[in-house]
Amino acid sequence: MLINQQTNSYLNRKFVIITIFVVIGLVFIVRLFSLQVLDTSYKLSASRNILRHITDYPARGLIYDRNGELLVHNEPFYDLMVIPGQVGEIDTVSFCNLTGITIESFERRMQNAKQFSYHRGSIFIGQIEKDSYAYIQEHLHKFPGFYVQSRTLRNYVYPVAAHIFGYVGEASQRIIDNNPYYQPGDYVGISGIEKYYEEFLRGEKGVKIKVVDALGREIGPYQDERYDTIAIAGEDLYTTLDIDLQIYGEKLMQNKIGSIVAIEPSSGEILSMVSTPNYDPNLLVGRVRTQNFLSLYSDTLKPIFNRALMAEYPPGSVFKVISTLIGLQEGVVQPNTRLYCPGYYQSRGITVRCREHKNPVDLTGSIKYSCNTYAANLFRNVIDQDKYKNIQESFTTWRDHVTSFGLGNVFNNDLPYELSGIVANSDYYDNIYGSNGWSSLTILSLGIGQGELGTTPMQLANVAATIGNRGFYKTPHIVRAIDDPENKNSKFNNKKYSTIDEEHFDFIAESMFQVVDEGTGRFSRIEDIEMAGKTGTVQNPHGENHSVFIAFAPKDDPEIAISVVIENSGYGATWAAPVASLMIEKYLTRQVERKWFEQRILDANFINPEKHPDKQ
Amino acid sequence: MRPQQFNILKDVDKPLLIIYLILVFIGVANVYAAEIDGSHKAILDFSHNHGKQILFAAISLLIASIILSVDIKIFTSFSYAIYWFFILVLISVLIFGTEIKATKAWFQIGGFAIQPSEFAKFATAMVIAKYISSVKGTTIKFKNRLKAFILIAIPTALVLMQNDTGTTLVFGAFVFVLYREGYVSGIILAFIAMAIFLFVLTLLINEIYIIAGIVSLTIIISIIIRKKKTEILQLIGVCILLSAYVYSVDYCFENILQHHQKERITVLIDDEIDMRGPGYNLNQSKIAIGSGGLWGKGYLEGTQTKFDFVPEQGTDFIFCTIGEEWGFAGSTTLILIYMIFLIRIVLLAEKQRSIFSRIYGYSVASILFFHFAINIGMTIGLVPVIGIPLPFLSYGGSSMVGFTILLFIFLKLDAKKLER
Ligand SMILES: [Zn+2]
Repeated sequence: MLINQQTNSYLNRKFVIITIFVVIGLVFIVRLFSLQVLDTSYKLSASRNILRHITDYPARGLIYDRNGELLVHNEPFYDLMVIPGQVGEIDTVSFCNLTGITIESFERRMQNAKQFSYHRGSIFIGQIEKDSYAYIQEHLHKFPGFYVQSRTLRNYVYPVAAHIFGYVGEASQRIIDNNPYYQPGDYVGISGIEKYYEEFLRGEKGVKIKVVDALGREIGPYQDERYDTIAIAGEDLYTTLDIDLQIYGEKLMQNKIGSIVAIEPSSGEILSMVSTPNYDPNLLVGRVRTQNFLSLYSDTLKPIFNRALMAEYPPGSVFKVISTLIGLQEGVVQPNTRLYCPGYYQSRGITVRCREHKNPVDLTGSIKYSCNTYAANLFRNVIDQDKYKNIQESFTTWRDHVTSFGLGNVFNNDLPYELSGIVANSDYYDNIYGSNGWSSLTILSLGIGQGELGTTPMQLANVAATIGNRGFYKTPHIVRAIDDPENKNSKFNNKKYSTIDEEHFDFIAESMFQVVDEGTGRFSRIEDIEMAGKTGTVQNPHGENHSVFIAFAPKDDPEIAISVVIENSGYGATWAAPVASLMIEKYLTRQVERKWFEQRILDANFINPEKHPDKQ
Repeated sequence: MRPQQFNILKDVDKPLLIIYLILVFIGVANVYAAEIDGSHKAILDFSHNHGKQILFAAISLLIASIILSVDIKIFTSFSYAIYWFFILVLISVLIFGTEIKATKAWFQIGGFAIQPSEFAKFATAMVIAKYISSVKGTTIKFKNRLKAFILIAIPTALVLMQNDTGTTLVFGAFVFVLYREGYVSGIILAFIAMAIFLFVLTLLINEIYIIAGIVSLTIIISIIIRKKKTEILQLIGVCILLSAYVYSVDYCFENILQHHQKERITVLIDDEIDMRGPGYNLNQSKIAIGSGGLWGKGYLEGTQTKFDFVPEQGTDFIFCTIGEEWGFAGSTTLILIYMIFLIRIVLLAEKQRSIFSRIYGYSVASILFFHFAINIGMTIGLVPVIGIPLPFLSYGGSSMVGFTILLFIFLKLDAKKLER
């Protein structure tokens, strides 16, 4: 078949198409002519001239405390940069003399730089101080391909709160691969709020393009800075921290292993978070960071470990406040339910010891004197209720009440690396004992806060806040505003209600007030402040017991809720309660009157010299 | 068997073959130039892009010789089967594919990623050639146009769903083919050209000025032809239509385009843009090309075009390296080579006795032209940053093999001088 008539009639259209091709080609040639021949602005004045892209590093955002006091700022330092492709024949020996490095080190650094890029700058010698910078800069013109770039490092005004701030370090290869923002040598927040708020703190990098002559001298900006971008400083953080309280807390905890967490109950704002042994955050800045990190890391007391979020302790008797609330909610006890305590609880060969106290005790008394017999009875009554089909169901109900206080779960707040704590579920016991093989007696130790229970100091403080609020908590958090103090962080503003009715909380708050007023915590009573608390002594199979205390004050409309854990120190009433009491006094009155009481704590040392000989 | 093997080049159009080889060679040389920095690397190093590009070129030549030696009926008879096969592949890449740079268009096989949309182009070209050449009769009916349109629209839609804006636009190349075959009239082609022109203009200039320009042009023409009432009415109609179009382009851009599409287009409009975004590439690309001057800096002497400053240096921005190292002289020569190449294909297509071969030839020319126009237009800042390769030059195995198949099927069709 030959070409048919129909398509042949469109034969002339080939000219239209060819014309379009030719026109576009001509447009390109004209454009290239203007770009490459006419427009000299794209060319560099001399043929040997080159462009140098200099990163303009933004200042990292500042960090303030809740009263507007500056906590973290930046200090300038300088990096000596190299562009290997622009390094000519240089006098290596005099370069090494100038910068104080060895020839081998020079070769190694140059090799690394070449590996990164021939045409883009990389750090040759990092973090040069101001004085050496001035000296090096003066002689640098003899060494083409080298230039200095300024950056900033973190500076911490107070040597405290290292665990909250976290630290900033060089971006790892993994971070660089996953995020196009980062280049080798860039800084990134690695832990604490430096990590969580990295995207706000870091700002936006800018680029300055400079024209450089064959000798490595900067001639000036390229094309009137037309292609330059300005660095945008990071956003400031306004934390919830009370720096005076934080400093005081870290001081009280000197020579002790443990933690203090203080929260403002109405808002969930963290007033202070102490984990000891602590370290000065300035140790993890700049050139000394790696070395200091290694020595902190290998320290037997684990100062880097944030106990406030990552240590899981059985709550001990402190847990009786939750246990009692569950009893009231489930209706198995009334405030006037009385019991005679013989000094122990015994059933089918299982014994729980109690101590001597007034008898008989009612529900308030059981908290005031921390009666284990009462607690054991109450716990078994909750679990053995007839209204539940089996122990799995009653236990799950009990567990749901417990976790509604924030236990056994992470808060997912703005403090990275928290642990969830432990509240075992019924499957756990089914696996060990079989589904018919366990009873309320098997798990009796839960009733006195021991057994398969693990709580972090943060969670314990939150329990105190929940009771202070009479039934709800707001997720504890450390940053209240970003960029502008009025720009409130609303992310953690939801009220989270516990499964216990509000009416039961006044009773437990009153009982906790009596703990401090005339019960186990009376030693820590503060004049003119109505403080409610609960002592705990956590059995420690590896040594001296841990001392635990939770509290809030004032009893009605509390302004502060607190937890204190001091490892290996003994009774909660003897050590943790006084520390909490001092913290509360400090926060509510801004000063501490009880000097001897304070001195006793400052003098106390609970670091075992046998285990940690280097700490003497 | 020997003489037959020797004969695979018999009747193959030598000018096209030679230009093809020249382009592939320029590509490999410049991928190498874009990549080396200081320490010269071995040419045959498969861990680097230029080494891989040589490998891709070798694979392409192998496939090319297979195409030249097989029976041409494989392509003419099985057009539909090949087409539907690649449609299925395009669908499965949407489901099982790997996402690279926000585009879900790749199958990851070992160290290599294969992009099926590169092969969908020649499959679509064949099916269009097959369909239009099979239409009987002297008039083109509406249903013929509709069917041709649907055959093009299916792969276009699938590629668009992969988020691959560049390749989607390339399917627009079939407008030329349809125009040549009378499926699209000259007025429509003119309208499309006008629409593209106004589109780019709208993005560059505030739409108020453009509408003002259209209106004043209408008034001037109306005054000139004031006697002819009907023409003036038509003119006013066109004026309203164009103004509405300009306005809606502006509206779409502000409200409908996805962020990354918008970002790419904004680059063309604003000089104040993010240095790390697409604008960075464009600025660097213009600096690199502009710094080439009349004669260029010489092979491997470029300082701006290395992977360092223009990230897509070996792939989408390969023209930069040529512009910097070979200057205006080199880049113009390349454009002229391309023009000769494209015009030669069109002229050869017109010489075909079979309609299938002619339509296929037009498809080849149009697809290559679209790639050429968008890629170079983007590199020199005349078109938004749209990531598509420059045929035969850009680094990439799928595109190299895909374009080779596209071209050599035509060379085979031409060599066989089909009668139908
Ligand atoms: Zn008792």
